[in-house]
Amino acid sequence: MALAAVPAAFVAVFFAYPVATLLVRGIGLDPGRLLDVITGSRFLKVIWFTTWQAGLSTLLAGTLAVPLTWAIANRQFTGRRLARVLVTVPFVLPTVVVAGSFIGLMDRFGLDQGTIRLRHTVWAVLLAHAFFNIAVFVRSVGGFWTQIDRRPEDAARTLGASPWLAFREVTLPRLRPSIVAATSVVFLFSFTSFAVILLLGGPRRSSIETEIYRYAVTRSDISTAAALSIVQMVAVVSLVVANGWLQRRVAGRQGLVADRAVPAQTRRQRTRLVTMLAGTALLLGLPLAVLVERSLASGGGYSFANYQALGERVRLLPISAADALVNSLAFAVVAAGIALVIGGMASLAIVHGTRSVSRVLDLGMLLPLGTSAVTLGFGVLISLDRGVLDLRGSWWIVPITQSLIAIPFVVRGVVPVLRAIDPALREVAATLGAAPARVRREIDLRIGARALATGVGFAFAISLGEFGATSFVGRRSDLLTVPLAIQRLLSTPGDLLRGQAMALSVILMLVTAVVVFVGDRLHPKAGGML
Amino acid sequence: MTLSIESLTVLYGDKVAVDNVSLDIAVGDVLALVGPSGCGKSTLLRAIAGLVEPAEGRVEWQGRDITHVPTHQRGVGLMFQDHALFTHRDVADNIGFGLKMAGVGAGARAVRTEELLVLVGLEGFGPRSVEGLSGGEAQRVALARALAPEPALLLLDEPLASLDRARRIELNIELARLLRELEQTAVYVTHDQDEAFSLADDVGVMHQGQVLRVGSPGDVWRDPQFEIVARFVGHEAMIERDGQRFAVRPDAVSIATSGELVGRVKTCAFQGDRYALTIDVDGGPWRLFHSVAVEPGSMVRLSLDPTRLARITDI
Amino acid sequence: MNNSLTRLTAPIRSVIVLLLVSLIAVSCGGSDGTEVSTGTETSVASPAGVPEPDSSTTEATGEEPEAPAVGIADEECQSTTSITLATHDSFVVSDGVFESFTATTCIEVEQVAVGDAGQLVSSAILTKDNPTADVMFGIDNTFLQRGLDAELFVPYESPLLATVDAALQLDPEKRVTPIDYSDVCVNYWIDRLPGDAPEVLDDLIGPTNADQFVTMNPETSSPGFAFLLATIARYGDGWEGYWQSLVDNGVSITAGWSDAYYGEYIAGGGARSIVTSYASSPPAEVIFSDPPVDTAPSAVLYDSCFRQVEFAGILAGTEHVDEAQQLIDFMLSTMFQEDIPLNMFVYPANSEAALPDAFVEFGQLADNPATLTPKEIEANREAWTERWVEIVLG
Repeated sequence: MALAAVPAAFVAVFFAYPVATLLVRGIGLDPGRLLDVITGSRFLKVIWFTTWQAGLSTLLAGTLAVPLTWAIANRQFTGRRLARVLVTVPFVLPTVVVAGSFIGLMDRFGLDQGTIRLRHTVWAVLLAHAFFNIAVFVRSVGGFWTQIDRRPEDAARTLGASPWLAFREVTLPRLRPSIVAATSVVFLFSFTSFAVILLLGGPRRSSIETEIYRYAVTRSDISTAAALSIVQMVAVVSLVVANGWLQRRVAGRQGLVADRAVPAQTRRQRTRLVTMLAGTALLLGLPLAVLVERSLASGGGYSFANYQALGERVRLLPISAADALVNSLAFAVVAAGIALVIGGMASLAIVHGTRSVSRVLDLGMLLPLGTSAVTLGFGVLISLDRGVLDLRGSWWIVPITQSLIAIPFVVRGVVPVLRAIDPALREVAATLGAAPARVRREIDLRIGARALATGVGFAFAISLGEFGATSFVGRRSDLLTVPLAIQRLLSTPGDLLRGQAMALSVILMLVTAVVVFVGDRLHPKAGGML
Repeated sequence: MTLSIESLTVLYGDKVAVDNVSLDIAVGDVLALVGPSGCGKSTLLRAIAGLVEPAEGRVEWQGRDITHVPTHQRGVGLMFQDHALFTHRDVADNIGFGLKMAGVGAGARAVRTEELLVLVGLEGFGPRSVEGLSGGEAQRVALARALAPEPALLLLDEPLASLDRARRIELNIELARLLRELEQTAVYVTHDQDEAFSLADDVGVMHQGQVLRVGSPGDVWRDPQFEIVARFVGHEAMIERDGQRFAVRPDAVSIATSGELVGRVKTCAFQGDRYALTIDVDGGPWRLFHSVAVEPGSMVRLSLDPTRLARITDI
Repeated sequence: MNNSLTRLTAPIRSVIVLLLVSLIAVSCGGSDGTEVSTGTETSVASPAGVPEPDSSTTEATGEEPEAPAVGIADEECQSTTSITLATHDSFVVSDGVFESFTATTCIEVEQVAVGDAGQLVSSAILTKDNPTADVMFGIDNTFLQRGLDAELFVPYESPLLATVDAALQLDPEKRVTPIDYSDVCVNYWIDRLPGDAPEVLDDLIGPTNADQFVTMNPETSSPGFAFLLATIARYGDGWEGYWQSLVDNGVSITAGWSDAYYGEYIAGGGARSIVTSYASSPPAEVIFSDPPVDTAPSAVLYDSCFRQVEFAGILAGTEHVDEAQQLIDFMLSTMFQEDIPLNMFVYPANSEAALPDAFVEFGQLADNPATLTPKEIEANREAWTERWVEIVLG
C-alpha cells in the first residue's frame, strides 16, 4: 500500500534506523547495563517518577482544559477563533522562558517563600506541563466536539437526562476517541519532558529523559543511556498499545456536522461562558503577561527598545535575532509541510489499511514523540553519515527531526475524525465513480481538513519552539534558531541581553499566533466548516 | 437481460450473509428486494455495487463479468436510507460529484445539476448547505446525486425508511414515476412490502440469505409459494386442506351469514375505503377486508373461497 | 463557481501561504545583507547590523549586496578548499573574521554547532570513525581527558603556542591547542550583601551569608561542576565537609546557570546576593547594562575561581591536515584572539592579544585560580558528583 509506504519509509530512515543504530552500539558496548538499569532501584525510582508525573500532568492539563474546550466546542462568541489560536502560544515558548515567568509569578504572589512554596516542587512541574499542553486538549478535543452532532444529547435530554448526565452518558463516550488521542500525545510530551523537570522540578528530581542526558552527555556513557532509552521506549510502546486498544474499543462513526456551537442565550449561559473564558485566560495569560511586561521593561522604564535592538546582531549570537527568526520560520514551514504530507498519508493509511498496517504505523508515528532527543540526535549523527544520507550538519536535518516530533500531533488529531466518517459517504463516492485515491481526497481529506490544519498548526508551533533535538543534531552555526538564540542570550549576564531574550520570546509568541490564525482560517468554510 | 447474478455467496466471517443467490434483471426494470432486517438484502445490494467482495459466484452486466470490477468503475448509482450527503459540500456540489469524477467540465456540470434539481423538484436549491435540508429534501438531493451521472443501474437501499409516513408515500409515488419515466434499471431494497409492490416490476423476497421467491408483485402476492413469503406479504394464517398447506389470503375470506366457519372479531381498523379486520379463528388470526365496521368482540361467520387460497409448496 | 477546487487544496494552500510569509520575512531580513541558504554550502554573511557603506544605492538598484570577502577570495584563489569546524553553541566570531582567513589562505571554514560542550565531546566520540568535522573547538579542561582517551585528535604544535602561557598548555603531546580561558567564580551583588564582601570561600558558610548563595548542580551545569572542582582543589578531602556547611547555611541549587542567575540571584529579581558565575560577569553587567552604568554592580570572590581552558584540536581522520593546521594557527593569531572576548566573554590564550577596555576596567582574573589536571578530573568525575549528590541533594 503506497499510502503507508511513504510515511513508513520516512520514519524508518529518519527515526528507526538512527535510534536502532545508537541502541545497538550502546548495548553492544556493555550488554550488562540493560540489566543493571532494569534492576537498579535508583533507576526504578526514576522510571516511576517519570511515569506518575506524566500521568498527573496529563490529568491536570486535561482538567484545566475543560472550560475552554467546552466553550469553544459549544458556544459561538466573539474571539472564539482567537481563543483557539492563543492557547497554542505557550507551545512555542522555550522552557527556560516559561520557567522564568512562573518563577516571576511565584515571586509576585509570594509563593516563593512561606508555606505554599511552589518552586522546586512537583506541583511546579505539573503546572508547567499543564500550561504547555492545555492547547492539545482544547484544539484536538474541542475541534472534534464541534463536529459531532448534538441531536443524540438532545434526545437524551428529552428522555429525562440532566445536562450533566447527558454529557456523561452520551457526549463523553463519543468524545472518547479524541480524548484518548490527545491524552496519549500529552502524556508522551510530559513523559519525555526535559527542561521543565530540570528547571522547575529542582535538583533532586530526575526523569528518564534527564538521566539519559546525564549519562550520554555528562558522562559519555552511551551504554547506560541506551539502556535507559530502551526502557523509555518499552514504556512508550506499552502505553501506545494500551491506548490503541482503548481507541479501537470506542471507535465508530459519529455523524459529523459542520459546527454544533450556538450563541449563549440566557443571562445565566452568558455568565457561565464568561466565567469559563476568564478562568482560562487567567491561567494561561498570567505567565504570558509577565513575559510581555519583562520584554517591555528597559532602561528603568517601559519602551520598545528591546524589540528595536533585535534587528542588530548582538555579540554572543552568530547572527542577528531577526535572522534567527527567519531561520526558525523557514525550518517551521518545511517541518510543518513534512508533517502535513507524512502525517496526512499516515492518517489515511492508519484508517484504511489492514489491521496490522494500521497498528504498526500508528505506533511508529507516535514513537518519536516518546523518544529522547539525545537518543535521536546522537543516532542521527552516527547513522545518517554516508552518501546521500549524510545529513549531518545539513540544513534539512533540522526540519526533518522537528517534523518527527510534530507528526504525532497531526496523526492523533486526524485519525479520530477520519474514523468517525460515515462509511456510506465513501461508498456513495465510489459508486459515483471516485477511485479509492480520489475518495480519500474528496471525502477523507475534505472532512479531515480542519483536524489536518490544527495538526499542521501544532507542527509549526512545535518546530518554532523546538530546542532539544535541534541542538543535538548539529547544524551550521549561521542556522541559529530563535529558541537557541534565547537560550544563548540568557546565558550571559546583562539586563540588555535578558530584555532582548524576553522580546524575542514575545515575538515568537506573536509569530506563532499569526501563523496559526492564518492556518485556522484557510481550511474550508463553505459547507459549514468553522 | 442486463444484470445477471449467478450463484452469488457473500460471507461475513463465518456467517453466510448471501447464500447462493441467482437473479436476473431486465433493462428498464425495477427489482425490489424485500425481507426482514438481517435477511441479506442490503448485503446483496452491496455486492452488486462492488462494495463487498463475494466469496463465490458472478455478477454479469450486459454479458460482461464485473464480479471483480471496483465499485468506481461499475457505473452504478447508490442511494442510502440516511442520505449520506457530503456535508462539507453544498447541494449543487453533491449532485455534481459524480460528474466531476467523470471529468465533466464545470459548465456542463452546472447545466446537468440544474436539470436534476428541476427533476427532483428542488429548483434553486443548488447553493444551499445540505445541513439545513429537511429529510425529504435531503433524500431528493441524494436521488439527484445518484442519477446525475446517468448510471446504468441504480441501487436504492431503504431510501425512504428515514422519512415520515406522509413524506414516504409522496416520495414513493414520485420515485416510481421517475424510475418509469427514465426507464431506469434499478434494484430497490426495502422491508416494506407496500413500498416494493407500488414501484417494482419484480419483487424478490429474501430470507436468511436466500431469495425464496421472485416474480411480479401480483404473482408473489397471489402465489407466495413459501410460508415465509406468505407471512411477509401479509398472509399470516395457514390452514391444512387435503394434506396440503394453504396461506389464507385476505381476499379469500369474507363475512357471510352462510359461512361455515365462526370467529371472534379482534380488531377493526378503518382504512379509508374499507375496514381491515383480524379475526380469531382456530389456527390463528385471519385478516380480511370488509366494507362496514364490525364491533370487536362480536362473533361472525366466515366463508372461504378455495380458489383464492395460496398453496404452500416449500415443504 | 469552482470553489470546490480552491477548498480542496486548503492544506496545500496553507503551506503556500506559510512559504510566502517566510519569503517576505527572508527578503526583509535579507536587506541587512544576510542570505539564507537552503543548501549545504556555506552562506557568507556580510556584516549584519553594521550599516552598508552606501545602502541607499544598493536599495535603489534592488541588488543584493555582495559579501566582499567572498569576492576577494574568488578572484585571487585558483581553488578553495573547504574545511569544517565543529563547535558548541556558544562559539561566535565577528563577521569578516573567517572571511579574512579565507582571503589569505583560500580555505573556507564551514561551522557546525552541536549543543553544549558536553554534547560536542560526546558526539565527537560517537562519530570518531566518520567525523563530522576537521577541527573541533570547545573542549575544555573538564572534558579534555575524555577526548584524549578517545583518541579524537592528532598532534599539532602551532608556532604561535609560544605566545600562550605554559599553564594553559595542558596536553604535553600537543594534541589540543588552548584558544581561550576563563575563570568560573562566585559573584556577589555589591550593594545587596547582608554583610561585608566575602573574601574567601569560608565566608560563604558564615552566618552572615546564610540563605544568600545559589549555585548549580554539577551534573547538569558546567559552571556548577567547575565550582565543585574549585572547592575540591581548595579543600582536598575536606570538600565534603565544606559542602555540608554550605547546605547547612542554606545554599540553593538550580539545574543551570540561567535559572540561578536570573531566577534566584538579585540580577534577575531574585532574593539571593551570591551566585556562581564567571570572572567576566561583572564586565558583562556593564557592557549589557540597561540603563547604562559606569561601574559594575557585581564583583568577584577570587578565592572561589576555577580556571576553565578551551581548546581546539585537529580531529583524527581529517583529509585536510594542512588546512586544519592553518586554521589552528589562525585561531591563535592576534586577529582572532582579540575578537574572542566580546563575543564569548572569555579571555584570549594568546598573551599578545589586546583586551577590550571593559575587560581591563571592570574585569580581573584570579591570580591564583584553582586547577586540577584533566586526568584527575576525568578519573574522579563520577565519584565526586555522586558524592556531591549524596551530600547536597540527600
